[in-house]
Amino acid sequence: MKPAPLDILAPTSVAHALSLLVEHGDQARLIAGGQSLMPILAMRLAAPAILIDLNGIGALRGIHAQADGSVIIGALSRHRDLERSDLVAERLPLIAAAMPWVAHVQIRNRGTIGGSLAHADPAAELPALCLALGATLELHSPRGARHVAAADFFQGVFATERADDEMITAVHLPAASPGQRWAFIELARRHGDFALCGIALTADCSPIGQVLGARIVVFGVSDCAQRLPQLEAAIVGTTPTPTSIDQAMPALDQVEARSDHHASSEYRLELLATLARRALRQAFGFDERIAP
Amino acid sequence: MNAPDRTGLGNAFEATASGTLTGAPIERVEDERFLTGAGCFTDDVRFEGMVHAAILRSSHAHARIRGIDCSAARALPGVLLVATAAEIGHAHKPIPIRLAPLPGLDRFLQPTIAADEVRYVGEPVAIVVATSRYIAEDALDLIETDYEELPAVTGIEQSIAGAALVHASVGTNVATQYPVGRGDAEQAFASAPYTRRERFRCHRHTGAPMETRGLVAEWNGSLMRVWGATKVPFFNRGLLASMFDLPETAVDMIETDIGGGFGIRGEFYPEDFLVPWASMQLGRPVKWIEDRREHLMAANHARETECELEIAMDHDGTIRGLRGRAMADLGAYVRTGGGVAISRLAQYLPGPYRITDFACEVMAVITNKTPVGTFRGPGRYEANFFRERLLDLACADLGLDPVAVREKNLIAKHEMPWPIGRLVPTEGEGAYDVGDFHSGLHKALAAIGYERLPRGGTRIDGWLHGVGVACFVESSGGGKSENARIIARTDGSFDIYSGVSTMGQGHETVFAQIAGDELGVPLDAFRVHHGSTAHVDYGWGTFHSRAIVVGGSAVKLAAAQLREQLDALAATGHVGAPAEDIEVKLRYDTRGPTYSYGTHVAHVAVDPETARVKVLAYVALEDVGRVMNPLLAHGQAVGGAVQGIGATFLDELRYDEAGQLLSGSYADYLMATSTEVPAVQAVLLEESPSPSNPLGAKGAGEGGIVATGGALANAVGDALAGYRLPLTTLPLSLDNLARALRQARAAGNAPQAGH
Repeated sequence: MKPAPLDILAPTSVAHALSLLVEHGDQARLIAGGQSLMPILAMRLAAPAILIDLNGIGALRGIHAQADGSVIIGALSRHRDLERSDLVAERLPLIAAAMPWVAHVQIRNRGTIGGSLAHADPAAELPALCLALGATLELHSPRGARHVAAADFFQGVFATERADDEMITAVHLPAASPGQRWAFIELARRHGDFALCGIALTADCSPIGQVLGARIVVFGVSDCAQRLPQLEAAIVGTTPTPTSIDQAMPALDQVEARSDHHASSEYRLELLATLARRALRQAFGFDERIAP
Repeated sequence: MNAPDRTGLGNAFEATASGTLTGAPIERVEDERFLTGAGCFTDDVRFEGMVHAAILRSSHAHARIRGIDCSAARALPGVLLVATAAEIGHAHKPIPIRLAPLPGLDRFLQPTIAADEVRYVGEPVAIVVATSRYIAEDALDLIETDYEELPAVTGIEQSIAGAALVHASVGTNVATQYPVGRGDAEQAFASAPYTRRERFRCHRHTGAPMETRGLVAEWNGSLMRVWGATKVPFFNRGLLASMFDLPETAVDMIETDIGGGFGIRGEFYPEDFLVPWASMQLGRPVKWIEDRREHLMAANHARETECELEIAMDHDGTIRGLRGRAMADLGAYVRTGGGVAISRLAQYLPGPYRITDFACEVMAVITNKTPVGTFRGPGRYEANFFRERLLDLACADLGLDPVAVREKNLIAKHEMPWPIGRLVPTEGEGAYDVGDFHSGLHKALAAIGYERLPRGGTRIDGWLHGVGVACFVESSGGGKSENARIIARTDGSFDIYSGVSTMGQGHETVFAQIAGDELGVPLDAFRVHHGSTAHVDYGWGTFHSRAIVVGGSAVKLAAAQLREQLDALAATGHVGAPAEDIEVKLRYDTRGPTYSYGTHVAHVAVDPETARVKVLAYVALEDVGRVMNPLLAHGQAVGGAVQGIGATFLDELRYDEAGQLLSGSYADYLMATSTEVPAVQAVLLEESPSPSNPLGAKGAGEGGIVATGGALANAVGDALAGYRLPLTTLPLSLDNLARALRQARAAGNAPQAGH
């Protein structure tokens, strides 16, 4: 399990990294935390001739509060940075709650938000969090910058909207509405393993508790994280109670579930129904003291 | 540093209240070098001019080799050697069986390298040696193999059916088949008021030690030295010497520190020939370190068995008889471990119960999967799960209390020694030597607080609680003899040499404790040397929990002889250390195996909606005769239980129908971590010292794992009592348990109040 021969280039600016990306084309891969790419290289599932190491690009670091209440997270921010950030805990409690579920602390020390989003593993937490929070991804290429909604970015297993000459530079997370409800719940074979099923959700509510809008996202079940629009529609307009949540569950969307040697599609769909109901109960304060 | 207080023993101290070293929870003398990074593991062995090997392995489960083109690999700068069966020629011989050579097995021996056909994914096809492991792996990518695929056999039933043969020239996939038994099972079943038959399955998994295999071989023109030996270095020396037509004295096997053995590490594998052979060709030291992917596809697998088992009972729970059919999937070849696991499985099906009428048809079959070997508690873990689960199913049928039924049927203390008959064809009649099985059961229940535990599906905060019990007995202390050599040095210190090897258990500490008590000198007077073929004339190695029972007894008797000589010297008026070295050499022969026994109790909670299981408490109780060092013995028991908890829920080597391994990395082969296991409570009893050896010791290395599958399956079954799940298949993975719950709901067996 030794990687094939390769050269490592270490740009110090986004512009330099992009020029290297254009120069080396499909011979090159970007590497940030390396927590997914390094095992792929060690098993020789990929053998790029060039690695463009982003770790020296200071401009990609940092978690920045914006005056409008939103937050911009640099692509090179480690999972551990998000987990320990007071700003994230205050403005993005859903992310703070989810971070301990991302692999193990050693992996979180290296893995980055940009790397996780670009890799787009179907069981990864960060794509789901971005969907549930209505995030926008900032991408740069020699052609310029563009912003892509998370909803448009994830397209399948390891498949995204990112063009070959683009890199993710930042993630924009809009300000939460006052009184926003949220929940995160996940089930894996062991703590830190790839999720067999997880739910991340946010719900905007009126002062009297009526749901004005909801983003309910499932991950780990199908090819990529996805919203559950029919379940969302069944919740919006209600003032949730345990009974009303149960009554909404038959509206749960038909999802095409994956099957592998860890979990059959039947099991993943059972988990989806159970965890979606539990996540909604958790979000609206009906704790049934079972987790996940 | 202070010992962790997880054992409840308090911090380590230097001697027992009576002043003996044995029996005291003394910290391992090995720990300092392990914890400070000063250990010397195989990969730490480095020599001037050393080069690196990598193995090309079959990517097919079954294929004919039409051609191998190594020219591009040989042309790569830095590559020194590329060899296939063609280059190795006459030196390429089959690897013989070391243990349990059941009739028929020797037709399926593994060659050291595949010549015409490959029979499992991972089988060695070529060896490359280069100036670095990186270049060696680059060269593997350049070897062009031309395979003609053949049909793959991947299951026991498919193998027995024989439509496709793994070894066409043998004409069958059935490697061995024989009946064993005692009494008259047919008669017992004919007259029994209640019988129940189930088909059980235990999954393929393995020991997966933290340190993978590896070795460094150096040929200097007259002597072959191999670093990285463990388990059975003397046997492996003899085998390697015979493969090279060398005298045994021309081969030295040298033990390094070892990061775990668990039965799979240290057996003679193809690489144990290929790497020394390469060193001989090149005249340079060659290192090979197995990577984790290789380890999971090439080192021994274990445990994959199926068993149709039927119990006959009276309505009061008295067992009248047991009969069945046990089948093992041996993989593509029969390796050194021969038929150990399947023969022990059949032997231990009746377990610690008074079952006078027993019959079992034993069968082992060949498939296109990685060959199997022994893994901690071989055959015992599987047999214990089959029998203990069947007992609980019978109790549920009859409305009987599982604890009361076990009490009723356990062999009583006064019935010892209890003859078990001849249940292994390669052995004679056997008998459980001594034991109080009832005491073990009662003390295990008391340790977990059985009476107070919520069980039977009691719901607390959404979780259903259950408790499971499993009783076991298992043999240890095999391998007929062991050598010990002790030298009293002129500076007052002592060197102890033993023929056993060590994988991290702490023999350096315990042998010094044993000798220290005989000689009346403190622990730090001893240096303990083990496992290398240069130390003693012969050694039988470390397996079957024999190191203390046999090796420790040899050390004790040698130390006693040395004490006599030193006393005689003192009687002449000599004071202090001897003027010249005094040496005692001794061979100790065993009087047969010892039998450890005990009970495991598990308390679990199950979320019936997600199939998630939490192990809340676990007691592993074992009577090991005499405890030499409670700290280390507890470590063995806790480690075994943790490994068994992981095995029961997580570890699984999965193949697809084409024979491709699906769990070839630690992302797919899941082992228990600290988040999956509770604080295991190990209880060690010394109520029944073994009469078979001077220490009174019984094996302490394997009892921690033996009853885990049975106790946990029974606990989950108890928690989900309302669903009446058979739970006849391991592992109890989320997916398997969810399927069982789905089937129960579909059959209308689910209790009301769905969540």
